[in-house]
Amino acid sequence: MSTVEQTTDVDVAAAGDSGGIGQAIRDYFTRVRGGDVGSLPAVLGLIVLFIFFSVMKPDTFLSTFNFANLLNQGTAIIVLAMGLVFVLLLGEIDLSAGFTAGTAAAVLAVALSSWGMSWPIALIIGLLTGTLIGLIIGLLVARLGIPSFVVTLAMFLALQGVMLLIISEGGTIRLRSDFLLAIMNKNMPLWAGWLLWAIVVAGYAIVTLRAITGRRKAGLKATATSVWAAKVIVIAVMLGVLVFLLNQERQIVRAGKQSCPVDGDPPLGCIPVIQGVPWAVLVVLVLLVGLTFVLSRTSFGRHIYAVGGNSEAARRAGISVKMIKIYCFMICSTLAAVAGVLIASRDNSVSPTTGGAQTLLFAVGAAVIGGTSLFGGKGRVMDAVIGGLVIAVIANGLPLITQQSGIQFVVTGLVLLIAASVDAISRKRSTPS
Amino acid sequence: MTSDTPLLQLKGINKSFGPVHVLRDVDLSVYAGKVTALVGDNGAGKSTLIKGVAGIYPFDSGEYLFEGKPAQVHDPKQANALGIEVVYQDLALCDNLDVVHNMFLGREETKAAMLDEISMEKRATETLKGLSVRTLKSVRQQVSSLSGGQRQTVAIARAVLWNSKMVILDEPTAALGVAQTEQVLNLVRRLADNGLGVVIISHNMNDVMQVADNIACLYLGRMAAQVDVTSVNHSTIVELITTGRSGDMGLQPEVAAAGGVA
Repeated sequence: MSTVEQTTDVDVAAAGDSGGIGQAIRDYFTRVRGGDVGSLPAVLGLIVLFIFFSVMKPDTFLSTFNFANLLNQGTAIIVLAMGLVFVLLLGEIDLSAGFTAGTAAAVLAVALSSWGMSWPIALIIGLLTGTLIGLIIGLLVARLGIPSFVVTLAMFLALQGVMLLIISEGGTIRLRSDFLLAIMNKNMPLWAGWLLWAIVVAGYAIVTLRAITGRRKAGLKATATSVWAAKVIVIAVMLGVLVFLLNQERQIVRAGKQSCPVDGDPPLGCIPVIQGVPWAVLVVLVLLVGLTFVLSRTSFGRHIYAVGGNSEAARRAGISVKMIKIYCFMICSTLAAVAGVLIASRDNSVSPTTGGAQTLLFAVGAAVIGGTSLFGGKGRVMDAVIGGLVIAVIANGLPLITQQSGIQFVVTGLVLLIAASVDAISRKRSTPS
Repeated sequence: MTSDTPLLQLKGINKSFGPVHVLRDVDLSVYAGKVTALVGDNGAGKSTLIKGVAGIYPFDSGEYLFEGKPAQVHDPKQANALGIEVVYQDLALCDNLDVVHNMFLGREETKAAMLDEISMEKRATETLKGLSVRTLKSVRQQVSSLSGGQRQTVAIARAVLWNSKMVILDEPTAALGVAQTEQVLNLVRRLADNGLGVVIISHNMNDVMQVADNIACLYLGRMAAQVDVTSVNHSTIVELITTGRSGDMGLQPEVAAAGGVA
């Protein structure tokens, strides 16, 4: 069909591009007023928190060392939250994800130390542990029809017990793998950081540009080139600043000490150089791209949204609602296992508290703060990243201000409640009259 | 197939749920290019008849002829394969997806394992254009932002997207205002003008008289009459619905009375 034909009489999707940057910004505000707030509260929250902590503790919070530290603290939460996005999209919940992470990490650590396996095999076994737990939860929820709240609450208890049995009470198991320890403790070479930056920016630019030209060729409405260029530039600058900061030397060199040279034998008592993008960032990036692709570009992803939006409609459209549920719980628990590996890598060991305490609450909070709805049908993998950063900033900044853990708990709980309120209010707004 | 062969012909249909005999020897003919209104009071068996046609459950006995040939329909997929689509009263739309996504739900087009959004958007646009739908601002709007009439339009457009031959509409105007009812009825008329067989269930006699070519009236599980709309008026139909007969039309007096007692 030619472009001319399209424009003749139908108001439906008139051909031609949507307006420029000004129009894009106006459209965005229209959407926000209509209740589709997306990640806006989280991004605003992130900025406000950042300014707040910077003003309160300029020398500690703003140091590049703390900045990298913050990313490391956030990584496991972000990955766990990515998994939760999949079950939250269905309107379900997985309360056991934290201890799924711990159990998978425990199995991994035992496979490395007691069974003497090489790290790739042990890693696969650890991740499959998560997948298996997800399969069990999924079968109980989808086949038997037990509410996921109850199933995962039971698993929350049971998996704690499994961890105790594996690790034995009070014990810890060291993670014996240099490769796995490097994920959370080592950084990329400086050039690799910039290479990664170039790949991400170029990849984003090419993929979005191809989508635009494809739509134009088909005579459909496409994003204006100016809007595309603005987005690419903003992303390039933001990520560029990030890589630049992470590539700074962040070790604080005290008087009388000298930092180690990059090459050759280090002199005694020198302080090692710490600079570069943490490897963990690469893990998050790969998961972000891969899972976003699954959710937005495949029919499987589309069916997840459909089941979350109206499961009866999905069933009548021939979608196997049960299978979608089972797969989503499996994806969630497998990602929880990845998070478990990251936690073990950060702590250098696995203990019965790995993945316990506030880990799960932080992850649910991260997903919801990022804009994923607790009612199902709305959410993106990116939400987990943005929300995870908000949680990480709070978890990192608060202890710099107050040592009272009571205040920290209360603040974190309140933030989760605020996020859930924003979710509920925006849902009310977007419900048609 | 000649033009007087019905698109769908049901003969002597019976259906019971346990001891309840819901449909007794029901006949129904639906013609291509015509709107057949299915009317009857609550509990007359309209929904049971439609669900049987759509393959939600099988009829106990009776003939099911599609385009003059006997057809086996025990499953909604078999009905879809014949070209029969049903638009249920609740529309079965996903609020969180846009118009294109909803129209292709469960039957997405893919290219190299990826959703082919461009092709789907073009087909959706063409289908809406073919129905002369001008009320949608964009096919990329979320369904949650649409009005009741627009939702009904999307659900109907989804039903005709698949080269369907027959569309069954369950109370399409029940929840709509005056202007939107008018839009939807015009759309129903256009479906028939495009050559589809249309069955519309309705309680609203004005809608029925306005849009239908012929009217099939169920009374307590029996087909009281299937009549041409020009041969009846408003009060005849109401009489058929409430008593099963009107003048010399409808069930025999003893049958109607027996049905009334049972």
